[in-house]
Amino acid sequence: MRKNYSIAYILLIPTFIIIISFIYYPAFYTFKLSFHRMAPFGNRVIYVGLKNYIRLFQDPEYILSIKITFWFLLFTVSLGMLLSFLFALLLNEKVPGTRFYRTLIFAPYAISPAIAGTLWAFLLNPVVGHLNYILLKLFGFQVEWLTTRPYAFFSVAFATVWKNLAFGIIFYLAGLQSVPDDLIEAAMIDGANTFRRIVSIILPYLSPITFYLIIMNIISSMFASFGTIDVMTAGGPAGSTSILMYKLFLDAFTYSRTGAAAAQTVILFVFMVIVTIVYFTYGQRSVHYQ
Amino acid sequence: MHKKHKTRDIIIKEILLIFISVIMIAPIILAITMSFQTRSEVFSFPPKFLPKSLYLGNFLTAIKRVDMVRLMWNSTVMAVVITVGKLITGVLAGYAFSNFRFPGKNLLFMILFFTLFLPAEMVMIVPLFLIMKKLHWINTYFALTVPFLASATNTFLMRQHFLTIPKELEDAATIDGATPIQYLVKILLPLSLPMLGGAAIINFVYAWNMYLWPLIVTTQDRMKTVQVGVKMLFISDAAKNWGVIMAGTVLVAIPTLVVFFLIQNLFIKSLVRSGMKG
Repeated sequence: MRKNYSIAYILLIPTFIIIISFIYYPAFYTFKLSFHRMAPFGNRVIYVGLKNYIRLFQDPEYILSIKITFWFLLFTVSLGMLLSFLFALLLNEKVPGTRFYRTLIFAPYAISPAIAGTLWAFLLNPVVGHLNYILLKLFGFQVEWLTTRPYAFFSVAFATVWKNLAFGIIFYLAGLQSVPDDLIEAAMIDGANTFRRIVSIILPYLSPITFYLIIMNIISSMFASFGTIDVMTAGGPAGSTSILMYKLFLDAFTYSRTGAAAAQTVILFVFMVIVTIVYFTYGQRSVHYQ
Repeated sequence: MHKKHKTRDIIIKEILLIFISVIMIAPIILAITMSFQTRSEVFSFPPKFLPKSLYLGNFLTAIKRVDMVRLMWNSTVMAVVITVGKLITGVLAGYAFSNFRFPGKNLLFMILFFTLFLPAEMVMIVPLFLIMKKLHWINTYFALTVPFLASATNTFLMRQHFLTIPKELEDAATIDGATPIQYLVKILLPLSLPMLGGAAIINFVYAWNMYLWPLIVTTQDRMKTVQVGVKMLFISDAAKNWGVIMAGTVLVAIPTLVVFFLIQNLFIKSLVRSGMKG
């Protein structure tokens, strides 16, 4: 370990300039803003105390947005986690071609949430969409997927799960490689209770990864799915896909309610701080391997 | 008997894997086949799974309609600058944390750590946007790149890697009279090339795929990025010629998909490393 103080500090300067100016300073700035009201034009700023927060929780659209975010997170994270675990188990099997299958299954991870949005908007389109056509042929089922409730919500949620699935599979696969082979084989012998055996034998080994993935899935559903939503439904119909991030975007950049947007930012920020604290107090403790 | 059992198992798993693979890749494949279909093919019902010929008109229309060349340039500049910036700042800060002892090290580490799970370009859009406005950075490459030139993830990734390199090397270099910077540039970095490559890919894909931030800090079409361009194509086409929209989508998705297919293993290894060992 070198003890050359000045060089160490100089090495840290670039990173800390960026972190302080574009993460910490904005955090404090938005905290201050949330107690003020800004005139849409000009630079008049008026102190309003807690009014922005009070108004926010009296705003039925915001309450709706909280509820939608809750269901959206519950749906996308649990479905995403379940599928990525099952797919990882399958891909971990020693059958021919897994390398090729992996490539295909991981591909959605390389594209952006906005692209995922255009792809699914296209597949579900009532005229040209293949998925819409297949569902019509198989089940005689045809709806306006992106413009009616509750189908818009599920369309966006499925696109989000599809886009994020590879991330979970990749980490579960890496985790499965640290589980002793005979344990996996013991769990996979078919017969009664195979699934229960998988859960009771393999899952404890993977609990740190599961925990990490839950957090990462919450973050990507909560924030990164913005692109998917903006392209597919723009928060509609009637706000039914307007998660908190989308509501924040609308208030800040469509309706120019800076004070309300700042209050929402503070709430999101606090949410993230709680998630981070939970991760580092609970997540670090649940490490079972290494 | 037992062997038969095993073969049956393998076949079932194989079928399941094929089924899942097809479902996962289908949206991308169908977008590609749609992008080569002529207008009348696009609007035929039932939808066609394969185009009759390799019709390129959709690509030309997409490129012209939203000036895709300019948007590609903007996205490339943004992704390259962010990638290089994050690598440089990450290497420097990671080196400080791995090979130096100094007062306040733990505190600084915590300050950095705390940003790990905070997607600032999402959570902080309102204050960040106001800061950009004050700096007169709206519609500039500064707004697209500067806030993202450093990250906790990159710093931790570098630090973690540098910690695996034997300390004896550093001692030997010091005895030979190498300064800390010479040791970093001449010994540490050449030993870290695969890791740097992996980090570069992840950073590039991340930056290329950014959507919300470019959407709000660019108001002029000539400064927009490809991700926003896809949305522009989507809304500009009143008649919704999906052939054109999918052509644009394919063009935007290709760079990251190609990178991914070419160096999948490195990509995945780096992703796991950057995630699991903060």
